Amino acid sequence: MKKKMLLMASLMLVLTGVLSACGKSGSGDDQTFRMNLTSEPPSLDVAQAQDQVSFTVLNGLFEGLTRMDDKGNIVPGVAEKWDISEDGKTYTFHLRDNAKWSNGQPVKAGDFEYSWKRTLDPKLNPPAPYAYQLYYIKNAQNYNIEQDNPDHISDPSQVGVKALDDKTLEVQLENPTPYFLNIAAFFTAYPVLKDTQFAEAKDYVGNGPFKMKSWKHGDSIELVPNENYWDKDAIKLTDVKFLMIKDPNTEFNMYKTGQLDWAGAPTGSIPPAQLDKYKADKSPELSIKGIASTYYYNFNNTKKPFDNAKVRRALSMAINRQDIVDKVTKAGQVPAYGFVSTGIHGVNGEFRDEVKDDYFKEDVTEAKKLLAEGLAEEGMTKMPAFSLSFNEGLHKTVAEAIANMWKENLGIDAKLELQEWKVFLKNRQSLNYDVARAGWGADYNDPMTFIDMFTSKGGNNDIGFKNADYDALVKEAYSTNDQQKRVDAMAKAEKILIGDNTALMPIYYYSSTQLIKPYVKNYVVDYSGNIDYTHITIEK
Amino acid sequence: MVRYLGGKLINIVFSLLILATATFFLMKAVPGDPFTQEKAIPPEIKAQIMAHYGFDKPLGEQYLNYMKKLFQFDLGISMKSSDRSVSSIIAQSFGTSAKVGAMAIVVSVIIGIYLGMMAALRHRKFIDNGAMFLAVIGISVPNFVIGSMIQYFLAVKFPIFHVAGLESPMDYVLPTIALSTLPIAFIARLTRSTMLEVLTSDYIRTAKAKGLTPRAILWQHGLRNGILPVVTYLGPMTANIITGSVVVEQIFGLPGLGAYFVESVTNRDYTLIMGITIFYAVILMAARFVTDVLYIFVDPRIKLSGGVVKS
Repeated sequence: MKKKMLLMASLMLVLTGVLSACGKSGSGDDQTFRMNLTSEPPSLDVAQAQDQVSFTVLNGLFEGLTRMDDKGNIVPGVAEKWDISEDGKTYTFHLRDNAKWSNGQPVKAGDFEYSWKRTLDPKLNPPAPYAYQLYYIKNAQNYNIEQDNPDHISDPSQVGVKALDDKTLEVQLENPTPYFLNIAAFFTAYPVLKDTQFAEAKDYVGNGPFKMKSWKHGDSIELVPNENYWDKDAIKLTDVKFLMIKDPNTEFNMYKTGQLDWAGAPTGSIPPAQLDKYKADKSPELSIKGIASTYYYNFNNTKKPFDNAKVRRALSMAINRQDIVDKVTKAGQVPAYGFVSTGIHGVNGEFRDEVKDDYFKEDVTEAKKLLAEGLAEEGMTKMPAFSLSFNEGLHKTVAEAIANMWKENLGIDAKLELQEWKVFLKNRQSLNYDVARAGWGADYNDPMTFIDMFTSKGGNNDIGFKNADYDALVKEAYSTNDQQKRVDAMAKAEKILIGDNTALMPIYYYSSTQLIKPYVKNYVVDYSGNIDYTHITIEK
Repeated sequence: MVRYLGGKLINIVFSLLILATATFFLMKAVPGDPFTQEKAIPPEIKAQIMAHYGFDKPLGEQYLNYMKKLFQFDLGISMKSSDRSVSSIIAQSFGTSAKVGAMAIVVSVIIGIYLGMMAALRHRKFIDNGAMFLAVIGISVPNFVIGSMIQYFLAVKFPIFHVAGLESPMDYVLPTIALSTLPIAFIARLTRSTMLEVLTSDYIRTAKAKGLTPRAILWQHGLRNGILPVVTYLGPMTANIITGSVVVEQIFGLPGLGAYFVESVTNRDYTLIMGITIFYAVILMAARFVTDVLYIFVDPRIKLSGGVVKS
């Protein structure tokens, strides 16, 4: 009988293909780098991409006019030099002669003009969601928005980007934008070779250090060096392999058994239990880094009693942020008392070093007093029932901790409301909440990426905050090219937002955690947590 | 019999129509849309994208437009991956799910029936108790637990297999085990209980009295009746397994259809939700249809009653 069982067992193995050899993944001297994307990039079309996964892949396939080095400084990319006009509104880029597409054709200034106008084209199929990243360019917005726009410009030649010749690109801006060189490195500003198809590997043409070898949808993407890249000698990797593993435990197991060289952020995640272990062991493979993003709670500034600044301030002062990052999130986050996150440029160094986020202090006694005063002003005797809404994930644990602190310190009850992602977003965007979890990450390395969010007409202003002084300060910062004046204006604006009004409740500045095999060298994780793998070397 | 099967086919078409309609309106009733995201895109841009897909039209018109295309077998373009058609997404990922699923089905049918027969023949003996104990475990332990466990022990602790991926044929082993434990247990129990009944029935006693060998009795007379419930179960099970398991695909990193079931809804990827729902329904109904046909061959009594209906 036992024999028969054994026979059955082996039959099963035969069925599943026992004949093949089962070697461990080969990892000899080769320069292969493997990381996890978690999911399929929704689109690798420069005009359609808008997420970190797509960006991570595009980073190897394309190069913009400028690039960012390991310190977040702007260095030449396809453009070897550029001139900026006195008023800061005209940029002239001079492209290098040896820049080529992966099919060998030269990269021309016209390819940038084509790409940007294509992204801005309201008739693009479908219209580009991230087109607004190019609104710094003169007339771009009015060209892009056709529906219900009396100022619509239908003539693309009026958009402020023009190839003067094959190697010279002139860009005219709406406002002096000191961080425009940052924007020029961003993926929405990559060039596109006319008529490129982006859906499959075989048609894909880029101008970056790598080209696409294969794209197995939902499974993997493989990049190999682009032999036509102008700086190809600086590229040592022979193979970049992106996997799409959804389960963090599987990702971790693959990292552990050598099927991955990199696990965790920016496009993967590490199971919390494993993270704790690596932290306790002080493992050199674990890296923790700030990523220029802020985690905060939205107050609905239009709803009683949250329309009262004292009530908002009381709630914000009555929690212990250090405890939240030490005991709840536990991944190297930094308590936040301001809105602009760490890692963002100021005048000379970091904004957060130059402008301290000491807008308020955690103080339970003061908080109780403020709450009582605020409620009295609202004509209430006690805090009415209110809800705290959030979506799936770690947010629940954070919300529980905060609700607990409010309960203990102020004696108020927050009803926790877990909502499905899109329902949550819809409620938040339509101001249908009391207090809601939120997060914001930098699009470019300037405080403005945070500050202009809460102007009265800001598209992402989902707290109902309206303040004329704030709007004026943002306008002031927009109008000048003087970084000191800009930073001063933005610092004043932040003081109005957090210091005077507590329009939202900062909680912590995000960090990212990743596990990196010791033989992976020369990688760059930039200020916002994006990985630049193009110059990695494998030193086993 | 043609009428019997023809009726079933018409039934299928109608069910599909109702299903597509219900799904369409339910899906649209859920708050949110494909283009809502944490970093809100400016409302003017969003309006243009919505208009591009025709979402600014009345719901009834949207429905008619969709159905018109559906009748031309056009499932549209995914809203999340705007470079890809829904049918190419389904075709590509279904390939993977079907391959792994077919493996699991073959394994479960063979092992399940075998275990069930052995248990029935050795009723209340060690084999019976052992097999049924295994079956209880197989039914009650969810496949994500089994999947994670075999992954940990057979790929991490003792690195015999790869953790995930489908690069070599050996990579099919772990997902197949994870997918087939439940069906094996279910089939084993089904087979055992029916066989126990069959083995005590009159015609088996007759066969014994005729002096047939136990082997002939078992395989020729017993099994054919004993696997009827298995055939019934096989229809929906096949549809279920070959369309992919969300959990098993996640654990073993398989690029299958399962993940899209959940993701398309989370993303409000309308065309993909519709495409996958309809595709799944077609597979399920096809499996049921095949089961109905198989019955006719396995069970002679059904053929008889079919004749009665005809007259």
